Amino acid sequence: MPKNNPAKPWRVIPGFGLTLGLTLGWLSVLVLIPLTSLFVMASGLSFEQWLAIFADTRVQAAFRLSFGGALVAALINAAAGLLVAWVLVRHDFPGRRLVDAMVDLPFALPTAVAGIALAALYAPQGWIGRLIEPFGIKVAFTPLGAIVAMVFVGLPFVVRTVQPVLADIDSEVEEAAASLGAGRWQTFHRVILPTLAPALLTGFALAFARAVGEYGSVIFIAGNFPGLSEIVPLLIVVRLEQYDYVGATAIAAIMLVASFVLLLAINGLQRWNRDRLSRGAA
Amino acid sequence: MIEVQNITKHFGSFRALDDVSLAVPKGKLVALLGPSGSGKTTLLRILAGLEAPDRGKVILDGVEATEQKARDRGIGFVFQHYALFRHMTVADNIAFGLTVRKGKDRPPRAEIDRRVAALLDLVQLSGLAGRYPTQLSGGQRQRVALARALAVEPRLLLLDEPFGALDAQVRKELRRWLRRLHDELGLTGVFVTHDQEEALEVADEVVVMNKGRIEQVGSPAAIYDSPATPFVYRFLGNVNSLPCAIHDGRAEIAGLSLAIEAPNSGGEGNGIAFVRPHDVEVRPPADGLPRAVVEQLAILGPVVRADLLLPGNISLEVELTREQQNHLSLAKGSPVGLSLRRARVFAGA
Repeated sequence: MPKNNPAKPWRVIPGFGLTLGLTLGWLSVLVLIPLTSLFVMASGLSFEQWLAIFADTRVQAAFRLSFGGALVAALINAAAGLLVAWVLVRHDFPGRRLVDAMVDLPFALPTAVAGIALAALYAPQGWIGRLIEPFGIKVAFTPLGAIVAMVFVGLPFVVRTVQPVLADIDSEVEEAAASLGAGRWQTFHRVILPTLAPALLTGFALAFARAVGEYGSVIFIAGNFPGLSEIVPLLIVVRLEQYDYVGATAIAAIMLVASFVLLLAINGLQRWNRDRLSRGAA
Repeated sequence: MIEVQNITKHFGSFRALDDVSLAVPKGKLVALLGPSGSGKTTLLRILAGLEAPDRGKVILDGVEATEQKARDRGIGFVFQHYALFRHMTVADNIAFGLTVRKGKDRPPRAEIDRRVAALLDLVQLSGLAGRYPTQLSGGQRQRVALARALAVEPRLLLLDEPFGALDAQVRKELRRWLRRLHDELGLTGVFVTHDQEEALEVADEVVVMNKGRIEQVGSPAAIYDSPATPFVYRFLGNVNSLPCAIHDGRAEIAGLSLAIEAPNSGGEGNGIAFVRPHDVEVRPPADGLPRAVVEQLAILGPVVRADLLLPGNISLEVELTREQQNHLSLAKGSPVGLSLRRARVFAGA
């Protein structure tokens, strides 16, 4: 090695500097700078004003619904999405491709349309609302409605992340479990589920993030009663309409930090899980 | 004793098994040998309960088990590609069959640990209990798979091309090791292979399969020395197949006077004579001996393979030792005389 170039590391994959630079630049323009401006605007608030926002029961209720509802919706989606992915991968039936394509519809549909359709269905006189009303269950114009909308928009995320991994599971692994005396349920929860866990977790995180940020479909079905069925994004819009820009950005900033912390936690969980599976693998 | 009776199995219109019956005696290691598509793996999977036959019976130790589920059969299965549980350590993989047992059938933790340690010792992987399958070599993974299958003390161990995915050297070691293991543990085993050398070396009994049927069952020596059908002749070892005319209990091969006895084929007319390359004796040309010319010589370590050309453009592969070659001073183009030590004629083939 020439002496005048002693320590320059040499890489097989080219263009590290260029691609990293582009990535960071792109992320800055798209994500970092807009979000930073949010914090800059919110920083105009005094400490007392911040306290007032946190103490506002309307704000607290909105956060509870947005995050709590999203969590419940993501959990429901994790279970239902796993089931849908399972049926699509493991069974061949007439119309399978059609069902497979339908899974993506929540991606494509304007969410306001979905919200209106859901509201019509679950209203006390709607097709579904009529059926569940005798049991005392009200969906439309309640927090439950918000969760239904969040489930709707989040479904494709779980299905699409779990599906390829499930398809990849070798049927021999299940046969091995059976020949060792494991029942169907034992095979599922001791062999299949751990293999699916990373993908399921990713799908859960995506569905959760989507549900937290969802606006269009929720506002049509939830009824938006302040302190009851009002979500944070709507509260922000309400503040904006009252020309309370600083208050709106403050709530947005809180939401952003909360989302970031939660996603970071889920990411950590994923990494822990992945490391557990391939500890020190070459 | 493990038995299957009159098993037939179709996949769509493809007949994978056609009225197959077989008995595996206790304590024996049996090889199912055949080309791909011969039905050997299907038969193995039916034994394990991983596939249901269209017709026929599976009988385990005198009890019919055709409808019994795989998990209840007590049969260990080792897959070609190991099928290890990737998210479990080697020790957890081996313990799986014990930990899924319920209630009083499940041994206490200490007992499970003790058995896992003993099995790790048996498969010579003692230091690797805490590793994950991705951290092991192919040969090590296959030994883990074997230990996992043995952990439940199966009454029958099935191995589906167990060494198929390994390289030649590891393969050779592992099959000797499997044979020794079998002798030590005295277990009953059936393994599938398409490698005749593997079958002949490892098994007590070889079952040759072709197109969903059993062609022949016998000891390795019997299978090699007296194949029952032309298929078995072709499939086991190198062989010359020469068209011949059968007349008066003698076969005229290639219009030459290489006449031989045709013991079990009564017919007249055309037939095929099978001659192993090492059953041809090459001599100096002499009167009264059929003649040939050396077309090609290849030195393969201790043996020499010569392609001879008989009159009528028929080629014959022969094997001789280096000594013989020197003695005859064979070279390309040398004329030689021939005689056959052993050959077998099938009429009408």
